[in-house]
Amino acid sequence: MVSITAGSMKPPALKARRRRGGGALAVWNAVRRSGKALLGAALLLVFLVAAVFPQLFTSVAHPAERAYDLSLPPGPGHPLGTTAFGQDIWAELVWGTRETLIVAVATGLAATVLSVLIGVAAAYLGGVADEALSLLTDVFLVIPAFPLIIVIAAYANGGNLAVIIAVLVVTGWSYGARQLRAQALSLRRRDFLESARVRGENWIYIVVFEMLPTMISLIAANFLGTALYAVLTAAGLQFVGLGSPNSVSWGTMLHWAQSAEALQTGQAWWIIAPGLCIALLGAAFALLNYAFDEISNPALRRVRRPRKAS
Amino acid sequence: MRYVLRRLVLFVITLWVALTINFFIPRLMPGNPAEAMMARFRGRVNPAALKALEAAFGINTQKPLLQQYIEYLGNTFTGNFGSSLTFFPQPVSQVLATALPWTIGLVGVTTVVAFLVGTLIGLVAGWRRGGVLDSVLPPVFVITGALPFFWVGLLLVLLFSVTMNVLPNAGAYDVTLAPDFSADFIGSVLSHAILPAVTILIISVGGWILTMRNNVVTILADDYIRMARAKGLSNRRIMYGYAARNAVLPNLAGFAMSLGFVVSGAILVEYTFNYPGVGYMLLQAVNNQDYPLMQAMFVMITITVLVAILICDFLTVMLDPRARTEG
Repeated sequence: MVSITAGSMKPPALKARRRRGGGALAVWNAVRRSGKALLGAALLLVFLVAAVFPQLFTSVAHPAERAYDLSLPPGPGHPLGTTAFGQDIWAELVWGTRETLIVAVATGLAATVLSVLIGVAAAYLGGVADEALSLLTDVFLVIPAFPLIIVIAAYANGGNLAVIIAVLVVTGWSYGARQLRAQALSLRRRDFLESARVRGENWIYIVVFEMLPTMISLIAANFLGTALYAVLTAAGLQFVGLGSPNSVSWGTMLHWAQSAEALQTGQAWWIIAPGLCIALLGAAFALLNYAFDEISNPALRRVRRPRKAS
Repeated sequence: MRYVLRRLVLFVITLWVALTINFFIPRLMPGNPAEAMMARFRGRVNPAALKALEAAFGINTQKPLLQQYIEYLGNTFTGNFGSSLTFFPQPVSQVLATALPWTIGLVGVTTVVAFLVGTLIGLVAGWRRGGVLDSVLPPVFVITGALPFFWVGLLLVLLFSVTMNVLPNAGAYDVTLAPDFSADFIGSVLSHAILPAVTILIISVGGWILTMRNNVVTILADDYIRMARAKGLSNRRIMYGYAARNAVLPNLAGFAMSLGFVVSGAILVEYTFNYPGVGYMLLQAVNNQDYPLMQAMFVMITITVLVAILICDFLTVMLDPRARTEG
């Protein structure tokens, strides 16, 4: 028995690797073929470059410094003008990309790991453990997240980045966990898992190398959905003044712009630009997400069929 | 029946978790924010109220934590939230009562309108799959779903109140008018509600359209639709009597999911427009470090959302035999 198991270790391991590679390749192919996904990926790439190398887009090194004349209109030297506090709007915008992306990616990753762990564990363990984990998931699903975040941030006295990310993760994992549990449940009785079990693989191997690769598009969609949630919620939190007031981020820019009544004093760019960036980054995540939805649910794929005569 | 029971259990447990979080956060935060608040208000509110607050936040008390916790739960269920500090000596429940109608009026009405309009558009888009509506709308609403609520509100302010100067940009009514049932006052309330309502509508309608469209697309592939076609039923009848009726039920269940989204949006929209509803009050309380009011608002919002979800669940069970059998 032992020798059979040991002897058969190699081929399945190879097969699993191939399947995993196939999953990633399928995702890449689908992204390449979908116009929506390509647009989303291109947008995301621009923001990534701006986050890593802000100096490529602006010569200002300290965007928070009040170094210029107040409330200048857009013009030479200041493409979007300056704020009522004398900061260059374009420079703030470019440098603000970093913090927004960090929040999005960190929250997306942490929440996705959490939802994979809880969702797959619930489905795999079954029984009482499943009941308990599902209940936990449902509780976090229906608690109104934003008021909860506001309350926590209020007591934390203006959240720094770590606090914001932590509360976003706590409130953001449940939706994905529920979806992944459903998907994992539907996989449980499939033949390839049965055969892995019969081969005598341990459950860690089965979950990591057999189950997760088949769920990769759902996991990716999950990451993107949570990242979008993080971008919008963090921006909202900063907008109402619950972020760190000195941070350079789009939400904080909007907060100061609104406090300075930018719209009423003819400084519309101060409001329009950061909001537009949030919207574009959000759109990038949403477009990619939409594409992944189509991968994991073939029924939603576009079909061009002739209209039926009515 | 089992399904209803499960949802009831979930309701009770969720409420308990929310209340417990509400109880422990101020006690666990470093630097005791409640104590800082008390210091700020000392001398401005009467000593009896301060005593009550100390009890509510567990400061200078010999009582064990468990007893504090049980008293807190008791107070919450009897609606006794103490006094608001900002609006002293008004009790918190009274402040809530003035804020609630504005939110229910604004958010309630817009949510129902968004549901009806979104479901109808989604039905048509899914029915005419590959048609103009179906190819244009989903990508558009994918984008609008990614817009920050409050920013859309700000753009509308820029367009309609700053540039065109046709609609007011803040408040719930013209404060120079006396609140009564005169035509002037009602007109003022309506004109103040337009921009916030449109903001919520723009953002939330997309979700309804997308889910309804996807439900319809999935259902159209089902056998009973084919059967209906084979029987020679009219398209109208299949669309409304077969596809729509079955597609709208999961949409109703999805309402529960979207409610949190709507609530967070409503808070931001109320803040953006200084609209004196529950969300605006919550943020006012946060800014003034008025923790009793803030906690009460949080409990209030949580209970409202949970009750709405429960109603949805019951409706789903009443209308959808599938939910009854799934257990």
